[in-house]
Amino acid sequence: MNLRAEHLSKRFGAFAAVDDVSFEIESGSLVALLGPSGSGKSTILRMLAGLEAPDSGSVWFGAEEATHLHPRARAIGFVFQHYALFRHLTVEQNVAFGLDVRRVPKATAARRARELLRLVGLSGLEGRYPAQLSGGERQRVALARALAPEPRLLLLDEPFAAVDAKVREELRQWLRRLHDEVGVTSIFVTHDQDEAFSISDRVLVVHRGRLEQCGTPAEILDEPATEFVARFVGEVNVFPSVVQGGAAVSGGLRAQLGPEHPPGPARLVVRSYDLKFWREEPGVATVERVVPLGDRVRVHAVVDGAGPIVAQFPRRSSLLRGIERGCRIQVEVTTARTYPPEADNP
Amino acid sequence: MQRVEPLGLSSLPTETTPLPPVSHSHTWASVGRAALIGAVLLYLAAVLVGPMAALLLETRSLGFGQALAAATSPAALGALWTSLLLVAIAVAANAVVGTCAAIAIVRHRFVGRGLVSALCDLPLAVSPVMIGLAFLLLVGEAGALAPILAAAGVKVVFSFPGLVIATLFVTLPYTVREVAYVLEEIGTSEEEAATTLGASPLQTFWRVTLPNIRVALGYGLLMTIARTLGEFGAVLVLGGSISGQTQTATTFIHDAIEERQLEGAYGMALVLAATSVALLLGLEWAKARRQAAHGKATA
Amino acid sequence: MSAVSHALRPNPVERALRSGVILYVVVLVAVPLVGLVQFGLADGLATFWARAMSPVARAALWLALWSALLVGGINTLFGTATAWILVRYRLPGRALVSALVDLPLAVPTLVAGVMLATLYGPTSLVGTRLEAWGFEVVFARPGIVLALLFVTLPFVVRAVEPVLAELDPAEEEAAIVLGAGPVKTFRTVFLPAILPAALSGGIRSLGRALGEFGSVVVVAGNIPFETLTAPVFIFGEIESGAPRAAAATSTLLLLFALLVHAGARVLELRTGARHATR
Repeated sequence: MNLRAEHLSKRFGAFAAVDDVSFEIESGSLVALLGPSGSGKSTILRMLAGLEAPDSGSVWFGAEEATHLHPRARAIGFVFQHYALFRHLTVEQNVAFGLDVRRVPKATAARRARELLRLVGLSGLEGRYPAQLSGGERQRVALARALAPEPRLLLLDEPFAAVDAKVREELRQWLRRLHDEVGVTSIFVTHDQDEAFSISDRVLVVHRGRLEQCGTPAEILDEPATEFVARFVGEVNVFPSVVQGGAAVSGGLRAQLGPEHPPGPARLVVRSYDLKFWREEPGVATVERVVPLGDRVRVHAVVDGAGPIVAQFPRRSSLLRGIERGCRIQVEVTTARTYPPEADNP
Repeated sequence: MQRVEPLGLSSLPTETTPLPPVSHSHTWASVGRAALIGAVLLYLAAVLVGPMAALLLETRSLGFGQALAAATSPAALGALWTSLLLVAIAVAANAVVGTCAAIAIVRHRFVGRGLVSALCDLPLAVSPVMIGLAFLLLVGEAGALAPILAAAGVKVVFSFPGLVIATLFVTLPYTVREVAYVLEEIGTSEEEAATTLGASPLQTFWRVTLPNIRVALGYGLLMTIARTLGEFGAVLVLGGSISGQTQTATTFIHDAIEERQLEGAYGMALVLAATSVALLLGLEWAKARRQAAHGKATA
Repeated sequence: MSAVSHALRPNPVERALRSGVILYVVVLVAVPLVGLVQFGLADGLATFWARAMSPVARAALWLALWSALLVGGINTLFGTATAWILVRYRLPGRALVSALVDLPLAVPTLVAGVMLATLYGPTSLVGTRLEAWGFEVVFARPGIVLALLFVTLPFVVRAVEPVLAELDPAEEEAAIVLGAGPVKTFRTVFLPAILPAALSGGIRSLGRALGEFGSVVVVAGNIPFETLTAPVFIFGEIESGAPRAAAATSTLLLLFALLVHAGARVLELRTGARHATR
C-alpha cells in the first residue's frame, strides 16, 4: 500500500516538533526515519499511526485519506520501543490479541499466532509470560503481535533501542529478512545511522522537525543535500573555507571543486575516506595519532591554518608507509562538498 | 600540556598513628542497633500490641461465653448486619466510581481535573463528626435538600440511607488513589498497543486495563471494607444509632458501654478486632502481590 | 485534546461516565462541606468568631491542636526509626512488625479506644501501677495522646519506608569509602532523602489527629477544659441541639485540616514522595 504524507505539522506548545513534512513511500518498501533525539521522527511515526493528531497536513493510505482515522481503524501494526506487551497475557495470547478483538474464532487465532511465532523463531515459548523473556525475545513477540492481523502498514518506533548491542545487529538483519518474506510496507524510526543504512530501501533524514533529505542510502552518503545530512551520516571533517578559482581553501587544505562553484565563503565538508595522506616535508599537516581499528586505520592530524582532520585508510594501504606521530604529511582531497554558511554556522 | 602541581600529599608522615581496631566501632554500632530496635519494639508494644492483648484478656475475664452470647444477641446481630450491608454497598459503589474516577483523573484532560482529584482526596482530611454534621445540615429537617427529599418521601437522617451517604463519603478516596497510582505507573503504551491492534475502548478496558489494576483495586476495596466497618463518628451523628435500624457494629459498642453492658461491648469489640486482623492479612497479601507485580513491570 | 494519548481520547460513552463520576464526587464531597461552611458563617463573621472562640470551644480547639502537634512530632521520630529498622535490619519477624504497623488502618477507632482504655484504665494492671507513680492515662491528657498515636502510627512509617528502600546503596558506600562515620553518613546521605517524606508523613498524621473522634471519645473522659478535644466538643454541641456552635468550630477545624492536608500534598508533590496510606 502506497503511503503519502503531505505537509504534516505538529506543535507542542511553542515547540515545533514537526514542520511541514511531506514524503511518499512505495508499497512494500522498508524505510528508515533517521534523525537525532528530538528531531521529530517519532512524532511523525505516531501521526502515521494515529497516535498523535497533526495540527495541519494530511496522511494518505493509497487513495484513502487517513488523517483523522482512529488508530484502531487504520489496520496498521505498531511496534513500541519498550515492547508494550500485555504483561498479564501469555506470549500466544499477546500475539493473538489483534485477532481476538476482531472475533476471529479461537482455533484460527491460535493457529495464526503459532505460525507467526514460528516465523519469528520463538516456537515453544507460547505459554511464557513477557516477564520471563529476554529483551530480544520480547521485541520479536511484539513484532509477531503487530503482524498477526495482517496490517497494510508496519510501523516500528526505535525497535532495537532497548536491546543489547550484540543482539541489536542480529535483530536488524533478521528484520530485513522478515520484511522480504512478509512484504508489508514498513517504516522504522532510528537514531542509529548504521541501522538505517544497513537494512532500508530508502532513508528519510529528519532534523528539528524538518525533512532534510529522502533517498537511498547511497544517495544520502554520496550526495548529502544539506550540511546536517553530511555531518550526521558517516565520519566527516568540516572547515570554514573560501572558494576561489574553482577550489575551496582552508588554511593549508585545498579541495578542487568544479568551475560551477561561486566564489566566496563556504562550509567545506570532506569524508574521512575521501582523503589521501602521505609523508612529505614540509607538508601541510602534522600527524597527532595513528589508531588501528581492525580492518581500518584512522589517522588524526592537524592541518596548518585549518585545524584537526581525521582520515581513514584500509589497514594495508601503501599510503600509510612511514606515517607516525609527529611527522609531517601532505593532504589531498579526492572528493568534497560545500554548503552555504549559515547565520549560526559561519 | 600543563603540569599538575602536586598537592604535597607526599609530605604526609609515612608513619601514621594506627587506626583503632575495627571491632570497637562494630561494637558501638551493634549497641546502637540493639538500642534502636529495643526502643521501637517497646513503643509498638505500648501503643499497639499491649492494647490488643488487653482486649483479649479483659474479654476472657468477663467470660468468652458471655461475650459471645452478647455478641450474637438479636440486637448485636442486627448491628452487624447493618454494617455488612454498608460494606456491600460501599464495595460495589467504590469499585465502579473509584475506577472511573481514577481513569478520568489520570488518563483524561478536562476542566476542573485538579479540583476533582483534590475532592477525591478530601474525605481523608475531614473529621467524622463534621461529616455527620455537614450531611445533617444538608438533608436534615431544616436542610437545603429537605423539601426535595420530603417530596420524594425519602428519609435520610436517622435512617439507613443516611448511613449509606456517610459511608460513601468516607470511603471515596481509597479506591481512587490506589487505581490512580497504578495507572500512572504503568503508562499508556499497553492501551495504545491494544488500540493499534483494533480493540474498542471496552475491549481495551476489559482485556488490558482491568487486569493491570486488579491488585490495586483489591487493596483499595479492602481498605474500603476496613473503613466502613470502622466508621463511627459520622454514622453516630447522622444515624442516631437506632437499634435495629441505624445501629452499626461500632455504635453498638458505644451504646453498650453507655449502658454498662460490658459483655456486649467487649464481645463485639473482639469480633471487630478479629475482622480487622483478617482484613490486615488480606492487606498484607495484596501488598505483597503488588510488590511482585511492580517487580514484573520493571523487568 | 481531552486525553493523555490521542489514541485513547474518550468517546461519548466514556465522556458521559466521566461526567457522572464528576457529578457524584461534587455532590457527595463538595456540596455538604460548602453547606457546612456556609451554615457556620451564616450569621456573619463576628458571630462565627464569637462562637468558635467561646471558652469551652477555644480550649477544645487548643487541646486538639497541641496534642496533634505533639503526636506529629513523636510520629516523625518513632516512625522514621521504625521505617529504619524495617528496611535496614534483617529482623526475624520483620513481616510481623510490618503487619503490625498497618494494624491501625484496619482497626475501628472506637475499638482502638476500648483497647487502650482496657490496658491503661484505672482498674487495669498497668493503669493501677501508673497511677501509683502519679500517671493518669485514661480520662486524662496522656490518654488522648496515646489514642492519637495509635491511629496515626502508620503514616510516617509508610512514607519513609519506600524512600529508604529505593535509596541507592552506592551513595552510602561512597560516603563510607571517603571516610565518613555513621553520623556524618546519616546526615549527608539519608537525612536529605528521608526528611521530606518524614515531614509529609508527620503533617498527615497531624491532620488525622486533629479530627480524631472514635478513639478519643472513649479514652479521654471528655471533661471541658481538661480532656475535651474539638471533635468531641462538636459532637456534644450537635447532641445538645446547638448546631450553630458546632458548625462554627467545625468550620474552623475544617480550615486547619485543609491547610494541613494541602501542605502535606505540596510537600509530597515537590519531592515525589508517596502517600502514607499505601
